[in-house]
Amino acid sequence: MSLITVTNLSVRLGAVPVLSGVDFTIERGEIVTIVGPNGSGKSTFLRCLIGALAPSTGQISRAPGLRIGYVPQKLAIDPTLPLTVGRFLSLPRRRQGADVEAALDQAGVPHLEARQMADLSGGQFQRVLLARALLENPDILILDEATQGLDQAGSAAFYHQIEMVRRSFGCAVLMVSHELHVVMAASDRVVCLNGHVCCQGTPELVASAPEYRALFGTGTKGALALYRHEHNHSHEAEGCTDPSHTHTHTHPHAQAPAHTHRQDEGQNV
Amino acid sequence: MFDDFLLRALVAGFGVALAAAPIGCFVVWRRMAYFGDATAHAAILGVALALAFGLPVFTGAVAVALLMALTVSSLSGRGYSMDTLLGVLAHSSLAFGLVAVSFLQDVRIDLMAYLFGDILAVTTGDLGVIWGGALAVVVLLVWRWQALLTTTLNPDLACASGLDPKREQLVLTLALALVVAVAIKVVGVLLIAALLLVPAAAARPFAATPERMALLAAVVAMAAVAAGLGVSFYQDTPAGPSIVCAAAVLFAFSSLWRSIRNAA
Repeated sequence: MSLITVTNLSVRLGAVPVLSGVDFTIERGEIVTIVGPNGSGKSTFLRCLIGALAPSTGQISRAPGLRIGYVPQKLAIDPTLPLTVGRFLSLPRRRQGADVEAALDQAGVPHLEARQMADLSGGQFQRVLLARALLENPDILILDEATQGLDQAGSAAFYHQIEMVRRSFGCAVLMVSHELHVVMAASDRVVCLNGHVCCQGTPELVASAPEYRALFGTGTKGALALYRHEHNHSHEAEGCTDPSHTHTHTHPHAQAPAHTHRQDEGQNV
Repeated sequence: MFDDFLLRALVAGFGVALAAAPIGCFVVWRRMAYFGDATAHAAILGVALALAFGLPVFTGAVAVALLMALTVSSLSGRGYSMDTLLGVLAHSSLAFGLVAVSFLQDVRIDLMAYLFGDILAVTTGDLGVIWGGALAVVVLLVWRWQALLTTTLNPDLACASGLDPKREQLVLTLALALVVAVAIKVVGVLLIAALLLVPAAAARPFAATPERMALLAAVVAMAAVAAGLGVSFYQDTPAGPSIVCAAAVLFAFSSLWRSIRNAA
């Protein structure tokens, strides 16, 4: 059976309808990316999946004994709370030292156990959050804009790490992101959310869907151009006039186009 | 063994210190200082009601403190900022408490004892209540420690791990109400928040993990109790405020040490 099945989910926050009539499933081992503009209910949707928010109507059923590894959008640790990396990884379940070491290794930040969480760089912090999620030995890894605050190279490296982790753990991955060109290519399926599911399918399908184009407009020219390169479409139609882009298409995921649109989702909590 | 009033005071103070220190850490980590204040101030109303109905003071204080904490929790996020809400509730409950006490003729003299504590008048029976309450708090916290810490870090993280942040919040609220009730006799309702916050804040620079901070805070609180009682005994100063003063001096030393270390 599916890991998580969502049927006709609607959520109101106060009087404001945030999500309506959302149907969604994710299978074992699948990588699914949710994209959508600010305030489209992406974070709300994830919070429903992890059980932090009760749906107004509709149903969320999880596979029995489902283990979720959750990487939050951000984690503000009060400066009055002393916390080493090793201690953080032992929350809420106590972990063996060897397991902690292995998880940090898997996440690409070995030997950080004794460091204070407050002293980590942004990239290290996100990887420590990933390591904590991995310690749950998850069936599904849920990431809510996990690369917020990282630069382009940092987030590309982070997603690369996720792909490696997915290969060795075989877990499903569900992530929310606005960095479309990096994320979409690694996904089996993309769901475009804007209060409801606008469209979904393979990255190529969604990138060319009119609903998606209507939502993201010209802002994602870079991402769209990349996909068009991959599939040998003409990019004249996109109005892309950057003469350098023809050189970037051989490494579409490692190199960021200069005009990638980055949305500020700081208020989308 | 507990014939000596000073010894009884010391044992009572240590009991409160032991329970207040770890709860105080959570109050600091979760930025609930004003919340602790409101809960403590509400307790005076509980004292008045308990005396009026001939109930044990401890029971009244726990009940009203808990009621206050639950009211604040349920009212938060309904149009007023937490800051305003707590300001209104903390001071009005104190005012209602003081007015309620004034209706009780024979208690008027004792009012100071409830506001600032009366640790030197602790009876052997009080010791039982204080240590019973304190141990209950410590057991509760040790039992829920991992869950409380996770919830404090991030409620969503706790949810994803199958915990219920609301339940953990309730555990903390209950523990706080218990601490307030046992601390009334020692420092009084006005200074309970200080006993929660100051030792925890003083312990922070010396701690690398939450557990060590809680233990250190307990040590600081006990040292403050001993020092405060000593000063009170030799200089004839009020005991409760002397304890808080001692804690504040320890905090000052701790901050000084922190800034010297950071400068180096």
